[in-house]
Amino acid sequence: MTISEVQDKIIDDFSLFDDWMDKYNLLIEMGKDVPPIDPRYKVKDYLIEGCQSKVWLRPEFDGKSITFTADSDAIITKGIVSLLIKVMSGRTPREIISTELYFIDRIGLRQNLSPTRSNGLLSMVRQMKLYAMAYDAKQKQN
Amino acid sequence: MKDISEIRSDFPILGRKVYGKALVYFDNGATTQKPQCVIDAVNEILTQKNGNIHRGVHYLSDMASEAYENARQKVASFINASKKEEIVFTSGTTGSINALAFSFGEKYVKEGDEIIVSHLEHHANIVPWQMLCERKGALLKVIPVNQSGELLLDEYYRLLSPRTRIVAVTQASNALGTVTPLREIIDAAHAVNVPVLVDGAQGIQHGIVDVRQLDCDFYAFSGHKIYGPTGIGVLYGKENLLNDLPPYQGGGDMVEKVTFEKTTYNQLPFKFEAGTMNYAGAAGLGTALDYVSSLGREDIALREKELLRYATQKLSSTDRVRIFGNSSNKISTISFLIEGIHQYDTGMVLDKMGIAVRTGTHCAQPVMDFYGIEGTVRASMCFYNTFDEIDALVAGIEQVKKMF
Repeated sequence: MTISEVQDKIIDDFSLFDDWMDKYNLLIEMGKDVPPIDPRYKVKDYLIEGCQSKVWLRPEFDGKSITFTADSDAIITKGIVSLLIKVMSGRTPREIISTELYFIDRIGLRQNLSPTRSNGLLSMVRQMKLYAMAYDAKQKQN
Repeated sequence: MKDISEIRSDFPILGRKVYGKALVYFDNGATTQKPQCVIDAVNEILTQKNGNIHRGVHYLSDMASEAYENARQKVASFINASKKEEIVFTSGTTGSINALAFSFGEKYVKEGDEIIVSHLEHHANIVPWQMLCERKGALLKVIPVNQSGELLLDEYYRLLSPRTRIVAVTQASNALGTVTPLREIIDAAHAVNVPVLVDGAQGIQHGIVDVRQLDCDFYAFSGHKIYGPTGIGVLYGKENLLNDLPPYQGGGDMVEKVTFEKTTYNQLPFKFEAGTMNYAGAAGLGTALDYVSSLGREDIALREKELLRYATQKLSSTDRVRIFGNSSNKISTISFLIEGIHQYDTGMVLDKMGIAVRTGTHCAQPVMDFYGIEGTVRASMCFYNTFDEIDALVAGIEQVKKMF
């Protein structure tokens, strides 16, 4: 699936629910699908810290695409992480850099994206793109 | 006291819905809602009396200056200061403490000196003193707490030393609700000629504050936490102490005479009020204090005690809920966690039920570290809250427990 197709699928999944509790239940379920991060990487280097919840995010680059593994101490946050990973993981650095994440807005998580909201969603997106930029730059050097 | 429904109708925002649900506002420790009279007072300045204060020869400037100085008098009366010159307007408690830490530090603090704060402080009453310590090579000493979240006075008495320059302590913990023993703290400091700053951000809205009876040397609070507008705050200081302190900001209105060789400063309180002050906010604050007085501060304290008692009883009998801070003397703030559930998850779900709480460290990380936790859920109540709302919170907690 293309990045847009994955985003559209997420929007479809969430459109089934009007009630926020149902949306959260879906996020909680999705959180269980997050590819678990190896516990030895749950360290400061991979920590994205907001003052609300912690997220650990680790990229692995095989020379072609980036695979992300992650965890969070808060379950709803973990659900949000799982959405980002569904969209971004397994993509090339160029794809990740150029992706516009419209699904966040469409499923009503926009408020979680504002820079003052400290659950780290914005930091997560930024961090994913930074990793992608770093790998992209490295590739160009080689 | 006025009937609760009448009180609630004074606050337009309390009638609104969020996510289609009736709003339950339990984040009063962060900021309080505004009664219509405060909104009207600010509106009146902006629509009828707007002119820059203390400067113009014109009608509007006079009107605004009068409103601003009236507000100063109201603050002075409200906290029973000796005179209105002891009231310095700032941007808020944080602004007040930073101003004092800078000004007092410049004048009195040297290398090796000591400043005492408590383990219960909000970051706003830690960081400015830490910055001062770094500038001057001074040391920050901390009054420890016990498991109930109460200050250990014996430890405090031991911390007081000939090198102590100032004690800066909160009136009530924003994270736990604990009310601190100000009488003992101030008396002990004064016995060794050390002045005391009281951070009243979480104190002034919950009962009577009389700075002369308390005999504190400085008192700081925010307008927006006592039903006034944001961006206005107060630093009270005893006149002789304020007179001896240097200004912390230079600019217009704080000067007497300016030449390029030398500038002399204006009198109190103006030497601490450089630039255009928030006169609309000050007018709103004055009105907010009138409103609080009209309800009756003793009645407010009684009502909030009832709310605290009910909420404590309800939450402590709710399975898997642990309350942090069990002092017998608390403001109407309860910090808690649901066992096995992250505070952020709790807060997110409560939010969608229309219940506004705060989650996280509450800008008081040392308190969280003390309990070895990452944060709590905080319900901070005030007189316009109801017992039904507390029931709604408990129902919300049950819902959260089902979801996670």
